[in-house]
Amino acid sequence: MAARVRALETILVQKGLIDPAAIDVIVDIYETKVGPRNGAKVVAKAWTEPDYAGWLKKDATAAIASLGFTGRQGEHMQAVFNSDDTHNLVVCTLCSCYPWTVLGLPPVWYKAPPYRSRAVIDPRGVLEEFGLTLPPQKKVRVWDSTAELRYLVVPQRPAGTDNWDAERLAELVTRDSMIGTGLAKEPVAA
Amino acid sequence: MPDEPVFAEPWQAQAFAMTVALHERGVFTWAEWAQALSREVKAPGAAADGGDYYDCWLRALETLLAERKLAPTADVDDLAAAWERAAHATPHGEPIRLENDPQGGHF
Repeated sequence: MAARVRALETILVQKGLIDPAAIDVIVDIYETKVGPRNGAKVVAKAWTEPDYAGWLKKDATAAIASLGFTGRQGEHMQAVFNSDDTHNLVVCTLCSCYPWTVLGLPPVWYKAPPYRSRAVIDPRGVLEEFGLTLPPQKKVRVWDSTAELRYLVVPQRPAGTDNWDAERLAELVTRDSMIGTGLAKEPVAA
Repeated sequence: MPDEPVFAEPWQAQAFAMTVALHERGVFTWAEWAQALSREVKAPGAAADGGDYYDCWLRALETLLAERKLAPTADVDDLAAAWERAAHATPHGEPIRLENDPQGGHF
């Protein structure tokens, strides 16, 4: 595999289609700079600022871009908000479309066939495997990502965090809670 | 489930970044890319645990570039073999360079 990648790179550089320095920059961005911390900032801001939450609901692409997180693939973002009666879960049945700008690159299980096929057919079963059992009256909505539209789940703000600021709240927002396979962490009792 | 590093091996990062760069140059649309990748990850024989994801990724990239006559498969085969020979001919600890291919003649 490594030799084939080098071969492709050699050809593309010779043809002037890629610049090796630009490739290194992209690798660095995805290895070290983008990740679920970006998404956690978006969620915590929505929890603390109702105006921002409203904007995020109406135009997630712009609301997220306002924090400096812009997509490289021209994709649109939609934020789906968990509530007392609905839990949201994101999958890409096609391949592995994922909101890179806010979550980084997807975990292995997100890309694996079992999750991609079962999240739609049996979302509750999948959630239970993640240790998340929802009350039967709670609806589960599954969102299937595409190359053009990616979803970010906004988990519910945990109880007991009334006086917390956004920075502290962001610590409670896990990657899985923004895919929908988990909830935000509960505050640890002081 | 434990978190894994973003890329398991350096070539995965290179293949990923080349795809992003080629898309930004307009060589293919992201929808075309998603379709190509989908074909590979849904092909019979794809690993159930997604462990061959970047193998699928690379095949999808090679297919798109071959279709666009930007990197014909035969050229990639030849150059990959040259890189392999260069790797074997390069003393351990030194960067591998295509010039080290004992059969040479690539430029």
